[in-house]
Amino acid sequence: MIAEIGHFALILALAVAVVQSLVPLAGAQRGDAAWMAVAGPASMAQFLFVGVAFAALTHAYMVSDFSVLNVAQNSHTDKPMLYKVTGVWGNHEGSLLLWITILALFGAAVTAFGRNLPPGLKARALSIQAMVSVGFLLFILLTSNPFERLDPAPFNGQGLNPLLQDPGLAFHPPFLYLGYVGFSMAFSFAIAALIEGRVDPAWARWVRPWTLAAWIFLTCGIVLGSWWAYYELGWGGWWYWDPVENASFMPWLAGTALLHSAVVVEKRDALKSWTILLAIVTFGLSLLGTFLVRSGVITSVHAFASDPGRGVFILGLLTVVVGGSFMLYAVRAPSLKVGGLFAPISREGALLLNNVLMATGAGTVLLGTLYPLFADALDLGKVSVGPPFFNSVFLPLMVPMVLAMAIGPLLAWKRGDLPGVLSRLKLAVALSAAVAAATWVLQGGSAGPWWAAGGMGLATWLFLGTLAEFAERVRLFRSPAQALGRALALPRAAWGMTLAHAGLAIFIAGMTASSAWKEEKVQTMKVGDTVEVSGYAFTLAAVRDVEGPNYLATEGTFEVRTGGELFATVTPEKRTYRQPPRPTTEAAIVGTFLGDVYAVIGDADPQGGGWVTRLYFNPLVPWMWAGALIMVVGGVVSLSDRRHRVGAPTRARGSRPAAAKA
Amino acid sequence: MRLLALFAAAWLGLAMPALAAEPSEMLKDPALEKRAHALGKDLRCLVCQSESIEDSNADLARDLRIIVRERISAGDSDDQVMKFVVDRYGDYVLLNPPFKATTLVLWVGPFVLFVVGLAVVWRVYGRRAARAATIAPAPLSADEKRRLDALLKDGAGK
Repeated sequence: MIAEIGHFALILALAVAVVQSLVPLAGAQRGDAAWMAVAGPASMAQFLFVGVAFAALTHAYMVSDFSVLNVAQNSHTDKPMLYKVTGVWGNHEGSLLLWITILALFGAAVTAFGRNLPPGLKARALSIQAMVSVGFLLFILLTSNPFERLDPAPFNGQGLNPLLQDPGLAFHPPFLYLGYVGFSMAFSFAIAALIEGRVDPAWARWVRPWTLAAWIFLTCGIVLGSWWAYYELGWGGWWYWDPVENASFMPWLAGTALLHSAVVVEKRDALKSWTILLAIVTFGLSLLGTFLVRSGVITSVHAFASDPGRGVFILGLLTVVVGGSFMLYAVRAPSLKVGGLFAPISREGALLLNNVLMATGAGTVLLGTLYPLFADALDLGKVSVGPPFFNSVFLPLMVPMVLAMAIGPLLAWKRGDLPGVLSRLKLAVALSAAVAAATWVLQGGSAGPWWAAGGMGLATWLFLGTLAEFAERVRLFRSPAQALGRALALPRAAWGMTLAHAGLAIFIAGMTASSAWKEEKVQTMKVGDTVEVSGYAFTLAAVRDVEGPNYLATEGTFEVRTGGELFATVTPEKRTYRQPPRPTTEAAIVGTFLGDVYAVIGDADPQGGGWVTRLYFNPLVPWMWAGALIMVVGGVVSLSDRRHRVGAPTRARGSRPAAAKA
Repeated sequence: MRLLALFAAAWLGLAMPALAAEPSEMLKDPALEKRAHALGKDLRCLVCQSESIEDSNADLARDLRIIVRERISAGDSDDQVMKFVVDRYGDYVLLNPPFKATTLVLWVGPFVLFVVGLAVVWRVYGRRAARAATIAPAPLSADEKRRLDALLKDGAGK
């Protein structure tokens, strides 16, 4: 019964979305306030109905209602309650429902927070948002109904892939989707602005915080997934350039570019049509990511062709949304008024350069991800495009970007003074070169990879450049006494930028070190054996069997000593789940400032006795997580800036003009 | 991020590999093993999604790992090992696609994209900037100059 209510609510949501996609848009064209006013209540009703459907499916999972096919295929009574709930989105149909729920949530948020928006822009944006909803609601209702019944109902379900039964997983998809779908806001407002033929700082002021929020969520989602891969897959890797990873990384790159160009629109009224294009591209890439993951096209073109129902539908949706937007853009963008002018060497210029680099980066990832598909479809032979390609093409593109990142914020708007900025960064140049040289010497010259020194030097450069900009802003060296006061009075958006850029610097250092100097030892160990990795002596002290709620596990106890002192006792596990019967590894990780001590226990050796163990030292990996966290914190701090709250009364700050400049 | 792949794999009913190279397969000589590992990182596990044979525990990946190590033990150079594998499995086995006619777009594309992007940006914005530069701003009036001086003197003005 409850499942039927959910199904029915989805149909009602579709009906509401159809109305919402047509009436306010027509109202805005005719200047009819009553028609435009339909958008608000409709978006709320849509969210309500989709929310009911989501609650109905969640209920089915919580009570393990196996008469619902989706629950029977993906759940089991033995699962802990947390994983029953997160199992809702651990499958195709449920994750689509989550996608739609978040889309409706953002629509409702426009209504709830957008009281001060120009009514025409709001009505149009909500109509566009509803059009996307219609597409996805049709998709779920026609091809992927999560409420389909199963008769007779089985006694128990087939369970959830145990690799997904993990806290890191539990919150990864919602974050990722909040990011993906969050970019729909920028998209809807971009299309609405194209229809209106007007983009102004007020538009950017509205779009910027929502893009920032989406960026924060997407960053969290990607990092959570990466972190999960690091500790769960058991070989210390955290990024694989897998097509599905790329699917989330492309919108991140485009979204990051969008975030920065929206700043230029807001502050300088320039780069308008470029920003609109980025908004379309970013959401287009989010949709493409959905298509790649949902359609099975990644596995093979032929798998896609043999079961085309879902794939063709979503490909059609993608074509309509992206193609339609580009057509509208081609027609309307030339009529957008040209805004503020600027010289090539200026903050706008630096942001534009980074935008081009980011867009090229996204394009590279897109090309590498789709190339095997095209090659196959065009009969050019089967090609693999793997990590070596991306590392050798994508990473070099990021080098000039990071170089410019330290300089850009120091340049003035409109027309900057590059030699002046560089002379102020002399110390940073010298220190970065020193760090690079020291890295080269410490790794024993060519005994380590050649790029490691460059990576560490770049990280230092970005970090110091960011600090230099901050120090200059608060006049740390010219009037240190008032620097603290100035720092506190800085707009939060400025703090946010400093934190995010510094976080990226720390991330780059972690990424470089962990890729360059990871130490790995794989062997068979008996109880009592000791193996040394990077100065840590791992002694296998005991191995025993333990039982969890829905799995059996082999638990190894390692005593880790460094310099003769006991450093830590760790207990990695190898679990075998009962339903479905699959193994997982639970790595034991102890973080230190310089890196992670990482231990994994594998299968028992059938011949000689003992167990296969994998012991690692992963240098500076904690820096990566810390850097990513600092980036996210920077985003949140920036989001809390008063100026981002549309309609919030501006507090008089005449006594502190420092706050006026961002 | 890997787990989205898992979602995909779960839906498609693919088996998920758990762990990679086993100690029994490894070469005794650490230098040779290091070479084998480096080569293996660039070879695709043919039944997986963009995983190298070193990272996969699919049976086919295991067979390839053993082949690579056999060739290395037999005294082959790195190039000879790669050629041996490619001759049998085709370019598909290479995670780093070779540069040739059919992959030209792939390798050159990103740089073309960047150059074209820069050129477009330069055309669109460079021309405007040039136009702006030719229009010299009007000189300050005496009153504006006084206000500017006052602002510059006020330390908090920046």
